[in-house]
Amino acid sequence: MTRPLHRAVAWRRRDWCVGAAASLAAMRASAQFRVEISGVGATQIPVAVAPFRDETGAAPSLGVASAIVRADLERSGVFKLVAAPNVIDETAQPNLPEWRARGADALAGGSVARLADGRLDVRFKLWDAVKNQDLGGQSLAVPVADMRLAAHRIADTIYEKITGDKGVFSTRIAYVTRAGNRYALRIADADGEGGQVALNSPDPIISPAWSPNGRELAYVSFESQKAVVWVQDVATGARRKLADFRGSNSAPAWSPDGSTLALTLSRDGPSQLYLIGREGGTPRRLTQSSAIDTEAAFAPDGKSLYFVSDRGGGPQVYRTGAGGGDAQRVTFNGSYNISPAVSPDGKNLAFISRLPGGALRLHLMDLASGTVTALTDTNDDESPSFAPNGKLIIYASTSQGRDVLMTTTLDGRIKAKLLSTGADVREPVWGPFNR
Amino acid sequence: MKKHNSKTLALVMLAAAALTVGCASKVPLEDKKDVPVETRSGTGAGGAGGAGGGAPASQVTTVNTGASQGTSAPRIVYFDFDSFTIRDEYRGLIESNARAVAGNRNRKVVIEGHTDERGGREYNLALGQKRAETVARAMTLLGVNADQVEAVSFGKERPAAQGSDEAAWAKNRRAEIKDK
Repeated sequence: MTRPLHRAVAWRRRDWCVGAAASLAAMRASAQFRVEISGVGATQIPVAVAPFRDETGAAPSLGVASAIVRADLERSGVFKLVAAPNVIDETAQPNLPEWRARGADALAGGSVARLADGRLDVRFKLWDAVKNQDLGGQSLAVPVADMRLAAHRIADTIYEKITGDKGVFSTRIAYVTRAGNRYALRIADADGEGGQVALNSPDPIISPAWSPNGRELAYVSFESQKAVVWVQDVATGARRKLADFRGSNSAPAWSPDGSTLALTLSRDGPSQLYLIGREGGTPRRLTQSSAIDTEAAFAPDGKSLYFVSDRGGGPQVYRTGAGGGDAQRVTFNGSYNISPAVSPDGKNLAFISRLPGGALRLHLMDLASGTVTALTDTNDDESPSFAPNGKLIIYASTSQGRDVLMTTTLDGRIKAKLLSTGADVREPVWGPFNR
Repeated sequence: MKKHNSKTLALVMLAAAALTVGCASKVPLEDKKDVPVETRSGTGAGGAGGAGGGAPASQVTTVNTGASQGTSAPRIVYFDFDSFTIRDEYRGLIESNARAVAGNRNRKVVIEGHTDERGGREYNLALGQKRAETVARAMTLLGVNADQVEAVSFGKERPAAQGSDEAAWAKNRRAEIKDK
């Protein structure tokens, strides 16, 4: 049950560039989301994260660093938190056998200090209580406004040192809110905090899609009283119309190299898939059917696309080459399968399947075997999107009559609910690692 | 950042203030030049806003209801569940609209397709598009030039009726013929 803690990393000092994040600025949505966790994972690694020295009061409006780290680790589903009530900083020499006896495989501590230039120096260290050794740590100097980002970076490092996989706590999500007749395209940290508005509109916004470098969002806006695809620079707000052809323009999907987007256009009649350069130009038709072809998603190698078509009657997921050609049907269970998302390793397909009673439920297919598993027991699931490390899926659902965002592990055991307090939330999409 | 005049900025601020009811984000990043935040904000940009405050009692504020329809014929075609077929009862409506448009080559119409709330947003967008295309095609077959009619879709994003029952769904599965 104990997993090896590996890759001991020497203490290193890092100041990172947070230009883009800083210009997005620090207006944090207060308690916009709350995380609730249900379900129990099969193998959770017990870790203790002690309170950091001087962390309270460092950035009071943003929260407490060690608590952010704890919440991140818990939400991942990989860890079980062991109580650690007393402050431990990175210079401490904790009695690791004692922590081992308390059930912790690993222990983290740290500190927060204000530098002369006003920034915060957030430090931490990680210890392996099983092997009784120091696993190193980090010192992160950040603007006060980025305290949460520093904490998420620490959680990422802990996650990676313990599991060997990259953490996604410092990544971002985009989603759409609706309050009355106001729509907003929002960007938040992966824990749902720090929400900022990228676009306000009196008209619907759907289908946001992150560029692979994380700098741009493509989306569909109805502000001109029809569906038009826009691309917007997240940091500057500069934006351009990518596709405004006759009919509807929708369902943008970036190629993995960021050079091209797949779109659904109805310029030639039926809704079909087209490819268009990231700067726009003349689209190239990819599918040639008389049915609906939409919701393209590139495979991570860029060589094929998954999409939804009702060429066989009801909507099903198909796959075709990035150069077009024949399409193979991928989903066979049920009469209504939509919204495909491919895992970063290309091995799994998340999609929404309508059950005979009408419930729309998140499912996962192992593409090698074709085995399909339901990941939820809810009835209004929408818009699945994989975390960039492939370990979690974010999706929209409803709870007590309101739209909510959820995350789930790929085995469906650990779910976190990101509750909206003031607006309906929908259309989540998980951003890439590059932040 | 883009240049913006103070009026636009004020409207953006107003809209942002209206939004903060539900959430505390205060950093709209939109391109202020292009985003029509003022057109429907309902917080002061509405047509009747000028009547309040210190305005003279005799002042009349013109409220624009939108372009004149130019015809009294009903202009909404309703569809059965999961259907794109124009029911016989709407043949007359489509014919009268087609005649009116075909008779004036300068006139352009847009057909907006809509679906009920069930199912995915993008697939519903495509279904609404298919409904709109069906009506547009029927009109071109009746003599309307193809460049006079554009089929677009709102999918399930703009329901005519709220509610999650068949009565509401039936009102939402529709195509609306609108002047451009």
